[in-house]
Amino acid sequence: MDIIETVFIRNNLVVAFALIGVIIWISYFVANKLTAGRIHGSAIAIALGLLAAWWGGVVTGGSTGVADFALLGGIGLMGGGMMRDFAIVATAFGVKLGELKKAGLAGVISIFAGVLVSFIVGAIVAVLFGYSDPVAITTIGAGAVTYIVGPVTGEAIGASSEVITLSVAAGLIKSILVMIGTPLVAKSIGLNNPQSAMVFGGLMGTTSGVAAGLAATDPALVPYGAMTATFYTGVGCLLGPSILFFIVSSIF
Amino acid sequence: MIVYGVALLSVCLVVGMLAGETLGVLLGVEANVGGVGIAMLLLVFASNAEKFKTLATGAAGEGIKFWSAMYIPIVVAMAARQNVAAAVDGGLLALVAGVAAVVVSFALVPVLSRIGRSANTISAANEEEVR
Repeated sequence: MDIIETVFIRNNLVVAFALIGVIIWISYFVANKLTAGRIHGSAIAIALGLLAAWWGGVVTGGSTGVADFALLGGIGLMGGGMMRDFAIVATAFGVKLGELKKAGLAGVISIFAGVLVSFIVGAIVAVLFGYSDPVAITTIGAGAVTYIVGPVTGEAIGASSEVITLSVAAGLIKSILVMIGTPLVAKSIGLNNPQSAMVFGGLMGTTSGVAAGLAATDPALVPYGAMTATFYTGVGCLLGPSILFFIVSSIF
Repeated sequence: MIVYGVALLSVCLVVGMLAGETLGVLLGVEANVGGVGIAMLLLVFASNAEKFKTLATGAAGEGIKFWSAMYIPIVVAMAARQNVAAAVDGGLLALVAGVAAVVVSFALVPVLSRIGRSANTISAANEEEVR
């Protein structure tokens, strides 16, 4: 037992490569044999990943899913921000400049529209649940933008830790739902070309959600959606504690 | 050399991240503003430029393609390290806020895509006139 532990922990990233390879193999097998290719293999793999993360969180009480198991620590490195961003940037290889220019304006509009719409929806839900303090309403609204904008805004305007936790949870729900929901709604919202992918990335904004959602829909769309999504959190952090907080304060 | 492509990719990411952090400081925001997006633009420019041809074609290009292909496995690992338990524990308010934000945003995708398309037809029409 000790030997296994030593080897697994010392080589944790390599263990993660092997494990993820097995998960993807199973997922594609299930996708092709049981669903006859109707559900994309990567969608199943991502769903399995989320399920494992939930189980890991419940069992260990940690905050990074299965990566909180010492033997699976490599998953944390492989799926962490550094590797994610590195692979996302690599997907831009082969992107045509013309496609980016075509959706440039709509992409920029979608970033601002996405931040505003998610914020307003989150803020309205907070009010419906009985919050009347502008700090809490703004923080929960910001959480609906992304789980990074929520705590950044909350800390800047002095929200309580419960409200900040709530805003993070709202952002996590959003991110997970985008991962799972995107392949299901892709057809009905016209998500099948680079332009709509850029608009989609700007509207959704959660980099993890957009990254996984588009991967499960059509990997060719990933760079376009990721490009706009990466500006979203910055814009959210910019507007949340400033203009949006002032507007909410003037209403309540 | 495969490593040339990997190095080009890495330089794009680092430069993009530095630009994103700088933008964040200039705007007074505690976040990286578009670092990854800027890095992607840099890679698009570099891979289309004559000057960087040796860094982005042949074996060097394979070095970039490898990481591009590793994207889905990395995303699966990313899913497996999300704080799903906290999201589930967030209660009804978090659930309603998160779901409502996603539903409304999904609904806006076709609306805004149309704006993009009509703006293109207008600019295309203008170009026609200029000609």
